[in-house]
Amino acid sequence: MNTEISGVIFTYLLTLALAIPLGRHIARVFKGEKNWLDFMAPLERFIFRFSGIDTKKEMSWKQHLFALLTINSVWLIYAFVCLMAQGHLPLNPDANPGQSPDTAFNTAISFLVNCNLQHYSGESGATYFTQHFVFMFLHFVSAATGIAALIVVFRAMKDKITDKLGNFWDYFVKSITRILLPISFVIAVIFAFNGMTTSYAGKDTFISMQGDTVHVSRGPVAALVAIKHLGTNGGGWFGANSAHPIENPNYLTNTTELVAQCLIPIALVFALGFYLNKKKFSYVIFGVMTIGMLLFMIPTINAELNGNPAIAHMGVSQTTGAMEGKEVRFGPANSAYWSVMTTIISTGSVNSMHDSAMPMSGTMMLMGMMVNCFYGGCGVGILNFYIFIIIAVFISGLMVGRTPEFFGRKIEAREMKIASIIALLHPFIILVGAAISSYVIVHMPGADWAVKPSAWLNNPGNHGFAEMLYEYTSSAANNGSGFEGLGDGNIFWNVTTGIVMVLGRFLPIIGPLAIAGLLANKKFIPASAGTLKSDTSTFGIMIFAVIMIIAALSFFPALALGPIAEHFSLK
Amino acid sequence: MNSNQNTLFQGDQMKEAFKQSFIKLNPRILFRNPVMFTVEIGTAVMLIVSIYSFANKGQGSFAYNFTVFIVLFLTVLFANFAEAIAEARGKAQAESLRKTREETPARLLVNGKEQMVMSSQLKKGDVFICETGDNIPTDGEIIEGIATIDESAITGESAPVIRESGGDKSSVTGGTKVLSDKIKVMVTTQPGESFLDKMIALVEGASRQKTPNEIALTILLSGFTLIFVIVCVTLKPFGDYANTPITIAAFISLFVCLIPTTIGGLLSAIGIAGMDRALRANVITKSGKAVETAGDLDTLLLDKTGTITIGNRKATNFYPATGITRENFVAACVLSSLADETPEGKSIVELAHEDKTMPKVAAPQDSVFIKFTAETRSSGLDTPEGLRIRKGAFDSIRNIALKAGHPFPTEVEDNVKKISSNGGTPLVVSQNEQIMGVIELQDIIKPGIAERFERLRKMGVKTVMVTGDNPLTAKFIAEKAGVDDFIAEAKPEDKMNYIKKEQQGGKLVAMMGDGTNDAPALAQADVGVAMNSGTQAAKEAGNMVDLDNDPTKLIEIVEIGKQLLMTRGTLTTFSIANDVAKYFAIVPALFMVSIPSLKALNIMDLHSPESAILSAVIFNAIIIPMLIPLALRGVEYKPIGASALLRRNLLIYGLGGVLIPFIGIKLIDLAVGVFL
Repeated sequence: MNTEISGVIFTYLLTLALAIPLGRHIARVFKGEKNWLDFMAPLERFIFRFSGIDTKKEMSWKQHLFALLTINSVWLIYAFVCLMAQGHLPLNPDANPGQSPDTAFNTAISFLVNCNLQHYSGESGATYFTQHFVFMFLHFVSAATGIAALIVVFRAMKDKITDKLGNFWDYFVKSITRILLPISFVIAVIFAFNGMTTSYAGKDTFISMQGDTVHVSRGPVAALVAIKHLGTNGGGWFGANSAHPIENPNYLTNTTELVAQCLIPIALVFALGFYLNKKKFSYVIFGVMTIGMLLFMIPTINAELNGNPAIAHMGVSQTTGAMEGKEVRFGPANSAYWSVMTTIISTGSVNSMHDSAMPMSGTMMLMGMMVNCFYGGCGVGILNFYIFIIIAVFISGLMVGRTPEFFGRKIEAREMKIASIIALLHPFIILVGAAISSYVIVHMPGADWAVKPSAWLNNPGNHGFAEMLYEYTSSAANNGSGFEGLGDGNIFWNVTTGIVMVLGRFLPIIGPLAIAGLLANKKFIPASAGTLKSDTSTFGIMIFAVIMIIAALSFFPALALGPIAEHFSLK
Repeated sequence: MNSNQNTLFQGDQMKEAFKQSFIKLNPRILFRNPVMFTVEIGTAVMLIVSIYSFANKGQGSFAYNFTVFIVLFLTVLFANFAEAIAEARGKAQAESLRKTREETPARLLVNGKEQMVMSSQLKKGDVFICETGDNIPTDGEIIEGIATIDESAITGESAPVIRESGGDKSSVTGGTKVLSDKIKVMVTTQPGESFLDKMIALVEGASRQKTPNEIALTILLSGFTLIFVIVCVTLKPFGDYANTPITIAAFISLFVCLIPTTIGGLLSAIGIAGMDRALRANVITKSGKAVETAGDLDTLLLDKTGTITIGNRKATNFYPATGITRENFVAACVLSSLADETPEGKSIVELAHEDKTMPKVAAPQDSVFIKFTAETRSSGLDTPEGLRIRKGAFDSIRNIALKAGHPFPTEVEDNVKKISSNGGTPLVVSQNEQIMGVIELQDIIKPGIAERFERLRKMGVKTVMVTGDNPLTAKFIAEKAGVDDFIAEAKPEDKMNYIKKEQQGGKLVAMMGDGTNDAPALAQADVGVAMNSGTQAAKEAGNMVDLDNDPTKLIEIVEIGKQLLMTRGTLTTFSIANDVAKYFAIVPALFMVSIPSLKALNIMDLHSPESAILSAVIFNAIIIPMLIPLALRGVEYKPIGASALLRRNLLIYGLGGVLIPFIGIKLIDLAVGVFL
């Protein structure tokens, strides 16, 4: 078989091989069972004592949400202030200036919500201080926030009636000390030995063969890149992200980054099975997610390997596939695999330029973010999936003639209200965002703004539309990748995507937590022969249908005007 | 009453429904149904656009716009018609019951004097008299007397029934006829407030409350509607960006096609049809919720007698104790049973008389009959000669013997055990506190009942037999009939405790009952079905009344409940699955002209953008009346397990819902294409 394809398959299988034991480990950590990281306990105790937290105090779902939202607001303000003031803060060897208020607003939000849209370029828009103490810090805590929120939902799915869903700070701290920190450490060491810089020195310079002086930005990159992928954040050190030779020097670092970003989302699916002792249920979820992934993956790899027919018409040989915007050291199949994984998983890091990908691939990447729960982001992927489960349970419960119930709890009007709002939210913020920007471009192209709307798009027509759609989809899905070619570094985009990111992050956390908390308080109904089992392949098909129908139906017209039109116009 | 053969649509009902479909266009009424309400708004907008396009050309031709308007108008009308026809059917059903209680003269008792009034003037608390040949004017409870009554007008059962004061069979229903004797009846309901009146009001819609499940589904459907509002509204700037003018007609058509109009239009019809189906099974429901709950039942409490076994136990054998002659023993048995009016008592006398060798026995003059009570659990008689004969349950008679210092013979005890373990009921007979022997009573299990329980088990419903028998007998019958659990030696509070215990475990419990002492348990049960012959208290306590007094009715009620939910679920799936094909019809039609490459999406090869849009809205409209029969009849329930059922319904209504509109829209397009 083609070495490129086998490389992709190997990467995926390696991810699985690591994710299953990690899932078991995560379940043990949150069940409070013995695990090989128990030596971290003194550190945790110190943190809890220092912060005056009593981890024995269990919280209701509302208290969990209160804790989560409070600490996130604190981080938001902290990040915003640091980014504005970074020019005056230490660890700034290249003397980069502070960010403008709107860029700082967008950047602070985007890192807080695990999106990392990056309307700046790391080389000039950030300092070592903010890379370290804002970005890397938020990489850790935003991932831990997602995991902790998910564990609350896991806990609520247990079959006893309860209001006590564990302690948020306990889940949060342990997500870092027992999962994110140890694994990041290992990954960072691999990176450091493979050519990623770890130096605190400023720009290096050399004189090229043409005689030009070339400045090369660097910094302690390896540490940040490790958590950037492990926490499904995606915010890179450099503007070119993982396509940059220092941020992703070779195939080994590339594979490590790929494995790292898929690791926790997949492991959490298995953790669900281990935690609740419902392995079959987790296999069903894993199956649905994997089939969804393949559905996006296969057309993308196929499109990229076959090259661009327009270029072929020009008589240019494309034996290696569509190479525009791709790194030669990774090739089209690997780049396609990365592009799909990074979009379905909400990392948003890139090792090729998505804007240059084939329209078919662009459609798949957009769909990946529109669904946003085939594996999905750290913790939040399953939370998004949870909403679809609730809707699927409701419809299929009716179809078998029984008031719908999920793990023994009746799903009634209140839960349906929340689930409907959350399912509605994603299309709402994406389509409304894209509609506003389309409106502005058509009706006020010459507005006297920092960047005239008429100058936003480098590409007219369908592709330009796809760029705008992509930007909002990426923001709403907290993905952070971009169809570059869009002039997004200005107030309009900073503010609108900032709002979309906040809504797209916190409502989909609040919704599932509220539903799970409400359900946990309901009477538990033991299963009978009339109960619809949620751990069967039939139910898996039902979830899959609900996901595809909601995503496909809400976005079909928009996709038709963007990448689908472009796809059919390629001759 | 023989309404089960009713065809789905009858002329007069159709006429009434047709009229109602227009009355229901009133936005204030339609507002209750958010999906159809938005369609009505769309229709109104199309009317304005049609008028506008009469003089201006910007929005397409007048004919095209007006056609879209007509189709949308029909869509709303069809949905209203679905609801109206369901109402008309339910009302007709209830009316046919109410007809039985037309104005009849009543013999009202005022201060002990009879006075003739019309039945409609009877108020709650009034007392009237009925004699042989009289029609009973209204519902009431017998306070004095006993009578045989012909209830065929209500139940369709021609055999007369006995109703008497005091017991659990003291209720009489208006419209039935007294065949013999004289009774004094107290009116129990205000005019216009009988169960039937309440039921009619429920069907008529004014007092119809949405059930919890219906509310949850409406929320989901509103969610879908809102998503498509967003999709259609944002399409305007997208179209502007792509230099694609989209007509208002196209916008509204796309919107109406995408929102779940099929289920939205049929939703209330499905709910009404559920109550109507219950009524056709001769069950009056006091709320739509009760029918819905019936589909969720986990546990059914069934009385053994009459439900699981045919009528009553019969004596099958006499086993005299050692030293007692068969003749003496049988004589004692007959004596003890002569005054025993229970079927068991009668069967003992019958069995004794079958044996011609036995001498006839008659009770001596001035014998005192001892009635059966729950405390003594025995009955019998005392003769003037000083003979004390008792017949009763094994332990109560043994107590009598042991108290008097007589032994309980071991071979009698063996016989008792043998009878019990064979599912029979032993009745021990004593004479002057000495044990005479055992009578064997046997239950006969109804044919086919085991299969019905099997069917319930496959639905996930647990059956519990309630019986006064001892545990051994109960166990035998339970096993033979295939019930999952039993309550033996049941006292009324045992039922209550069992229900509470099951409910604490999160289960939904149904029971059927008729007696006043059943009332608390009927009220406690999630579905309490009172027999129409039962006491007023029982009927008030339960949430359904069975006019046939048929204890196996619970099984039908469960299926009706399940059908109701299934019909909603499958039509929701069908409705949403339809959207796939509608997209492939409308989206290429919207963009084909300005973005020719999107012609590739026109996989149905529809004639033109106009015909594509028209075909989609026409399909969307006519699918509603086409599905009315399914909504009224309900989706068939098959007890094949939840996952298999889901697979089956997903295949039929999910996959079918994706494919059928492709075919339907293409066919309509072929027809529409001829005119364009």
